[in-house]
Amino acid sequence: MPIHIGREDVQRLVAEGAQLAEVLPKEEFDEQHLPGAIHLPLRRIDARVRASLDPERPVVLYCWDSA
Amino acid sequence: MYDYTAGKSDWMAAGLPTEGEAAGRPTAATVARRDVPVCHLEESLRDVRERVRAAGWDACVVVNEARIVMGLLRAEQLRREEGLTVESAMRPGPSTFRPNVAIAEMAEFMAKHDLPNAPVTTSAGELIGLLVREDAERAVHECHA
Repeated sequence: MPIHIGREDVQRLVAEGAQLAEVLPKEEFDEQHLPGAIHLPLRRIDARVRASLDPERPVVLYCWDSA
Repeated sequence: MYDYTAGKSDWMAAGLPTEGEAAGRPTAATVARRDVPVCHLEESLRDVRERVRAAGWDACVVVNEARIVMGLLRAEQLRREEGLTVESAMRPGPSTFRPNVAIAEMAEFMAKHDLPNAPVTTSAGELIGLLVREDAERAVHECHA
């Protein structure tokens, strides 16, 4: 189960080397995303997750909001 | 694995930097005034009016304890008769706008609907700031200059 975190936690984790991944559609990612984030569309997350992410570093996932 | 639950909306609402095609373009959140006065439902309209005018404003956003927008006092509501509470004088449930809306879109909408100002909120309704129409139009003009 993922751990729910806030904005300050994201900033701290990224500063410590965590990987940021946006799960929204490509058009939304291309338009605007968090600095350094990679694109991991939700439907392909299982297939692509191993190839795209460093298993040794924490991963922070995000979408648009909590709704 | 971590889940940044509040997501991109929260990040942009805080005015933090982004990357991508639209990064750096002004939006409702970047132009909205965050120092807009706020008040609560049970306050006296007279007290709020004095406070708002002393701060140089002609509008005030009505919020609850969690800064969720409950209503809006524009100039015409602030001018209403003495003895009213904020709740009885305000415009309840005003239209609110998300932080990522492009400023050109906001300026066009506000002109079309003759809105002097508009609250910008998170999707949960938490106040980010008040977008003033003149600020929106100026930002559009500066983008095209």
